[in-house]
Amino acid sequence: MRTMELWLGALGCAGLVAALYAALLLAPAAVGESVAQRILYLHAPSAFAAYGCIFVVAIASALYLWKRSAAADRVAVAAAEVGVLMCTLVLVTGSIWGRARWGAWWTPDPRLTLTLILWAIYLSYVLLRAFGGDDDEIAPYAAVLGIFGVLAIPAIRVSARLMKGMHPSVLAPREGGGSGLADPYMKLAFWGGAVAMLLVAACLVLLRTRLERAERETMALRRVADAAEGVAG
Amino acid sequence: MERASGSALVSAPALEARGVSRDFGGRPVLRGVDLSLAAGETVVLLGPNGAGKSTLLRILALLLSPRDGTILIQGRDARAARPPALRHIGYLGHESACYPDLTARENLEFYAELFGVDDASRIDELLEWTGLAEAAGRPLRTCSRGMVQRVGLARALLHRPSVLLLDEPFTGLDPAASEALDERLRAVRAEGCAVLAAVHDVPRAAALATRVLVLHAGRIVWTSPAVVPDAAGLAEIYRARAGGRG
Amino acid sequence: MRATLAIVRKDLRIEWRTRETATTLAVLGVLLVTVLAFAHDPDPEAAPLFVPAVLWSAMVFTGLLGVERGFLLEREQDCLAGLRGAPIDPTALYAAKLVVNVLLLGATHAVVVPLTGLFLHVDLFPVLAPLALVLLLGTVGFAAVATLFAFVTVRLRSRQVMLPLLVLPLLIPLLIAAVKATEAVLGAGLAGARDALGVLVSFDVIFVTAGALLFPAIVRD
Repeated sequence: MRTMELWLGALGCAGLVAALYAALLLAPAAVGESVAQRILYLHAPSAFAAYGCIFVVAIASALYLWKRSAAADRVAVAAAEVGVLMCTLVLVTGSIWGRARWGAWWTPDPRLTLTLILWAIYLSYVLLRAFGGDDDEIAPYAAVLGIFGVLAIPAIRVSARLMKGMHPSVLAPREGGGSGLADPYMKLAFWGGAVAMLLVAACLVLLRTRLERAERETMALRRVADAAEGVAG
Repeated sequence: MERASGSALVSAPALEARGVSRDFGGRPVLRGVDLSLAAGETVVLLGPNGAGKSTLLRILALLLSPRDGTILIQGRDARAARPPALRHIGYLGHESACYPDLTARENLEFYAELFGVDDASRIDELLEWTGLAEAAGRPLRTCSRGMVQRVGLARALLHRPSVLLLDEPFTGLDPAASEALDERLRAVRAEGCAVLAAVHDVPRAAALATRVLVLHAGRIVWTSPAVVPDAAGLAEIYRARAGGRG
Repeated sequence: MRATLAIVRKDLRIEWRTRETATTLAVLGVLLVTVLAFAHDPDPEAAPLFVPAVLWSAMVFTGLLGVERGFLLEREQDCLAGLRGAPIDPTALYAAKLVVNVLLLGATHAVVVPLTGLFLHVDLFPVLAPLALVLLLGTVGFAAVATLFAFVTVRLRSRQVMLPLLVLPLLIPLLIAAVKATEAVLGAGLAGARDALGVLVSFDVIFVTAGALLFPAIVRD
């Protein structure tokens, strides 16, 4: 387990560094865009990682409900937290880009709205686990939330499109920047970054899963110790 | 006064539990409990607070899942086929499971629908039998604890279960009500129902039981022989095995 | 299903006897509409624009407070054990609570809608039928999600704040669609609301189905 995390982490970080190098220095500027456009090379990969995490939460939750596997539950917890982290990254980078390009900290872009809502859903998952009570008790409830979250995605996309009618059309940040991913360095920065971010996310999820396992074992041991103390004392 | 337990009869026991274990908050509450109930028996479960009696009863009533163990109702795995197994079980916990804003009759009619009891006279019969016929028209909120408990018992018996599980049914009842309950449990036993009751009071247990089990720290530490000891004898055994006082 | 109907009837009978929830919700709805209408204090021309927001804010607010009632009443006297000990499909319990919640919220709408029309100077009678349809679809979707999580939060310690926290993010798409549909219905009639209605219907189908399928997994405890 540890070796895999190490490799994933190392590869991921190396990949990110390479991708960011490509993004900042090698890739040509996109037509009609400023330097700030380059933040896309962090924004889009984070989005990939965020969705990856969300699907992991859904699958792990379904597995938990089906098999009542404690391991699946731990993975769901980890993936939800990393997912919130990644969504935060998407929102922040998206906001910065929006500010640089259109002068507004928030744009009613459907994809950004989708990410915001997902951020809120998985944040509520994290809060439920933090404040809801014992892990054993709330695991099934959290699992249902994890599954509902994924089911909400199509609904959110469709309804966000409904909202577009309200505002003057805002240029949605198309994949690859304003003019498409023409240049090979752009492709490298974009896709390389996506893969690298996924690796980093995977590493974080694995680390967090292991941490969760250690936490639960410690709590169980503590309870046993308390019980023994109660009998002896 | 001594009493002999019912003789062994039908092929499969009404209820059988094997290796039932359950934790709560990381602590083991039940550790590998085995027991079996035959039709016509009244088995009393004695144990100090925290011994796991309520947990065991709820597991046997299929309301709680054990960490380990099997439960067989009429010889069939109850958890594999829960709804058919539930038809054989009647459970009365500390609370009546009856809605305070409804009358006794309305409560029984509701449960009759859920259990598919179409026989309209059964409700009248039970209301009569539990002595509630006059009060049947009042919301349970306005009734005494004893009456509410009787409605709960009627609810548990509505579908003629072959196994009746009771958690401290005598608690909070005045002597007259206790006598009446005692009588009803004997009547139910005579009809062939297997009764398992957690009882706090040792003399009551000795008077009622055809068999006694003592539960302590999650295990059955003593089973009565064919002849149940009298109250004094039972109290002695209870104190010795479980440090309990009745 | 027979069990669902039995539980619905039982809940409605209890509600009729105590009249507690419907009254409270209706009063809350009235208060909320009043507050919202006067907080904006729009002039009569601009006022109709606020109607969708007011209607749906009122529903969300009263709904969040009302959906837990169904499961709270099962906590008294350990009645949930009585239901779980009965040979019925757990989905029947979810369906029954869902139906009762929709009915209760419908009763609240019945009070809130005329009042909104009054305060915001809009004549809602001509569009009552399409409006009722939008309200129904939105309420069913809301109840599908809120009822399921109400079962969860009724049993948690930090109950009050948990239900909105869990449920509101999931409901945002529904609310967007509901508001758009209401706008369209008030303006151009049912035809203009077709897209939004489509979203409402799909949301309802997805979440009622998901709720019905997943509820048995959490009622095992």
